[in-house]
Amino acid sequence: MVLLDAFQRWLFRLARDRQSPIVLGQRRIFIIPTGAGMLFAIVLAVMLVGAINYNLSLGHALIFLLAGVGVVAMVHTFYNLFGLRLTPGRAQPVFAGDLAHFPLQLENARRQSRHALEFSFAEQPVASVATVVTADLPAEGTATITVPWATLRRGRLDPGRITLCTRYPLGLFRAWSYPYPVWSVVIYPKPIRTPLPAPSAAAHADHRHGNQGQEDFAGLRPRQISDPTRHIAWKAVARRSDDQPHLVKQFAGGASEELWLDWSLTPADGDPEDRLSILAGWVVAADEQQACYGLALPGKRIAPAQGDGHRASCLQTLALYGESAP
Amino acid sequence: MGIGQAACRRWRCTVKARRKVGPRPAVALDHGSVPWLLAVALATAGPHFWHLPWWLSLLVGGTLLWRAWLWHGRRPLPPRALLMVLMIGSIAAIGWHFRTLLGKDAGVALLVVFMALKPMEMHRRRDAVVVVMLGYFLLLTHYLYSESIPTGLWLLAAIALLTAALIRLHGGSQPMTVIARQAGLLLAQALPFMLILYLLFPRVSGPLWGLPQDAYSGLSGLPKQMSPGSISQLSQSGAIAFRSRFADELPEKSDLYWRGPVFDEYDGLTWRSRALPAGSPRQAPVIESSGRSYTYVSILEASNERWLLALDVATSLPPDSSLAPTLEALSRQALRVRSRFSFTSSPDYRANVTETPIALQQALALPADVNPRARALASEWSSRPPKEIAEAALAMFRQEDFHYTLRPPLLGRDAMDEFLFVTRRGFCEHYASAFVFLMRAAGVPARVVAGYQGGEVNPVDGYLTVRQSDAHAWAEIWLAGEGWVRFDPTAAVAPSRIEQGIVAALPAGEPLPLIVQFDADWLRQMRNRWEAANNAWNQWVLGYNPQRQREVLSRLGWQAPDWQSMTASLAVLCGMALLIVVLWTLPRRRAVDPVQRAWQAYCAQLARRGISRAGWEGPLAFAQRVAREKPDLAALTSEAAGYYAALRYGHREAQALRLLQQCIHRLPPITRQRRQRA
Repeated sequence: MVLLDAFQRWLFRLARDRQSPIVLGQRRIFIIPTGAGMLFAIVLAVMLVGAINYNLSLGHALIFLLAGVGVVAMVHTFYNLFGLRLTPGRAQPVFAGDLAHFPLQLENARRQSRHALEFSFAEQPVASVATVVTADLPAEGTATITVPWATLRRGRLDPGRITLCTRYPLGLFRAWSYPYPVWSVVIYPKPIRTPLPAPSAAAHADHRHGNQGQEDFAGLRPRQISDPTRHIAWKAVARRSDDQPHLVKQFAGGASEELWLDWSLTPADGDPEDRLSILAGWVVAADEQQACYGLALPGKRIAPAQGDGHRASCLQTLALYGESAP
Repeated sequence: MGIGQAACRRWRCTVKARRKVGPRPAVALDHGSVPWLLAVALATAGPHFWHLPWWLSLLVGGTLLWRAWLWHGRRPLPPRALLMVLMIGSIAAIGWHFRTLLGKDAGVALLVVFMALKPMEMHRRRDAVVVVMLGYFLLLTHYLYSESIPTGLWLLAAIALLTAALIRLHGGSQPMTVIARQAGLLLAQALPFMLILYLLFPRVSGPLWGLPQDAYSGLSGLPKQMSPGSISQLSQSGAIAFRSRFADELPEKSDLYWRGPVFDEYDGLTWRSRALPAGSPRQAPVIESSGRSYTYVSILEASNERWLLALDVATSLPPDSSLAPTLEALSRQALRVRSRFSFTSSPDYRANVTETPIALQQALALPADVNPRARALASEWSSRPPKEIAEAALAMFRQEDFHYTLRPPLLGRDAMDEFLFVTRRGFCEHYASAFVFLMRAAGVPARVVAGYQGGEVNPVDGYLTVRQSDAHAWAEIWLAGEGWVRFDPTAAVAPSRIEQGIVAALPAGEPLPLIVQFDADWLRQMRNRWEAANNAWNQWVLGYNPQRQREVLSRLGWQAPDWQSMTASLAVLCGMALLIVVLWTLPRRRAVDPVQRAWQAYCAQLARRGISRAGWEGPLAFAQRVAREKPDLAALTSEAAGYYAALRYGHREAQALRLLQQCIHRLPPITRQRRQRA
């Protein structure tokens, strides 16, 4: 197994592509006949026997022409990949169970178009049509695609190498390459929706209360550019005329009640992954309610706060919990 | 941290599981590619409708229409059970109709049925690929019926269609013209491979195994035996029997007797060739030839017979052939394909001056109790010398009211009596057999010879074309001291038959083939061109067999090639062709604009002199900066930037590019100081 892996790494050049863009040279494009190609060869062989047997000169010509078409198709299939430039982009975090999309910009510098380029991840555990993306590239054109990965679990996801393959034009040959971009994305735990713990329940004696909480309504003030839209007091806005600036709700800091999403509040006999999922569900729910919440995990605490950045850091902490730092 | 470790462990084992790649799902068939596949089925199966039984053509056409209707309404395909019933029913019907499932016709019928039914269960792309592969195979079967130029062209178009269908299957939806162009490009690039393989692929002469009974059915030619009507029937055909090219001059028309089978046994109705008793030594004929001789090459159409139709009488023969005791040239094997032979013939000859008594005895044999009146006439002549007897018979045909016609009345039991004394209307076989009958009855050894007489020179390529309508029958009698001498009684009745051909000899209104009858000048010219093209096609394309391959290669200066060296050179040439295709299709990159290149070169020179242009800097802004920082280069740079800006953004002047390029050379040389500063 180890030897085979080493052989594959050598043959397929399975090293990371650290440079960008990734250019497909001839050393990293591979090509073999497909089942259809084998069938084609067998059909030609049988036809040749028939042509010899019945002394069909024109039959010979037909078979030789088709053989030539086969050889030429091989060259075209190879060139469909050759010289293609790929620029990997950044993927956005998703919840486990969703599709993670890895953006890839394709650039075709040559004067011929390219067709039916199929992208998928070589190590994708769930192989289905949905995880294969097909792209066409016009002559001297570019296109941006996203290669999906059907995520199963939380953690830092390294999707591994891409399988980029094509059978164009005739499907007799399959050329492929393994671009291996430096890609990584955090997969949040799949949220399990359970009712949020009561804020009061979070008020442990030893908790240092945050003073930047924003959950107590303190009044209204004119909106500034930097204010998040969800703080706009829409009811107040509706009452006022159009030319006046929008009002935003102002909150007082240093609330006495804070929402702590605590590991110990999840079922103690539950599976650790489920407990993380429950915490993730709470984070999502608390964020939707615009609550000020903190996260407490064994050995890790995040002080209560609000906003997209806070939500992302909480979810990332849950996603990477138990993993050694990258 | 127990939980963390547990999560970690689980993670690690799932990492291993992750490597397992599930089976790739089959690719579904694209709705838009179905019409392509129906076109493939129609193009490959359709031309077979000519020689399939009508009910099968109807079934195939109906099935394809049904499939098109299903496609149009996006209706579901019929259940497999129904298809199985259709399939088994058609196979049974084919077996019943052809009395076999093997053989050429039945095999083709089966393939056509598969081709019609396979689109009915096309769900995935894989099924569609099978349809196209079946189509490629069906293309080959068309050559079993015709290898003419139109068939070749039609099939080339069909190959393009099939290839386009494959492109549509694997490249998704594209405009039809794009697909067609791509298919055409593939075929054009495949052409050199075809030529190399065609020329050099070591040819094996078939067949590899016994061919089915019907492999060579439908070949026409001289009959194996002659009864009234068998040659006049052949005259209905304008098909070409063979073509000959003479090395030097052409013989006289009256010397153009091409010898086929010799009939020396008569049963009162039919003339046959005598079967040699098994084991009897074959006696080679003795020929003394003198004077003129002609060397020529004949390309014989397949006849499935052994006779080679040499001009009387052949003095040198191609290999694998021999001269029968009755003087006809015979090939060792029946001619199943069109073949080339070279001969030398001499029209002035004496054959078998000393003939065995048995042979002479046999040349006198007649059935008893038939044609009493003819016998009586002959016995009146029998006291004269043989030559006079023959002259008397010819004089009778010439002087009395005999007619040359393709539509003779039917003859009864005493056929010769009826013909000679009642109907007096007949074709060459009537005259030849009546003449031979009279000779034998008068005691002169005689026999009937069948073959072709005459021919027509095609001025386009100089080949003498002999058609089935030139089929003829004449007589030979044996004279002591002279051997076998030809007498043509038809020439006595209708001399123009020999001098000008059958059309001139027959009265108007006789049912001759159109191709022979129509003699308009332009039509004849067109026909000549077409037949010359066909002749070249036949010789260079169809007749390219192992022997011809050796000939061609030796003409190219390659003596005695064996299959190893042929394979080696084949590989080398194919490799070269592949290289050409690779270079041809090499991705062409955008050519860098010469204006851009010149400007970049100029900026690179400035960079060596210590001031480099930033990527975002336009030409004029850069020139201003140069003027500030390097006053000594200011004038030249602003000039170069001006040219560049004018070329790039203004109207293009051919001169400006040259001036810009010259600016590079006008830059002052780099001094050491400057280089250090840089």
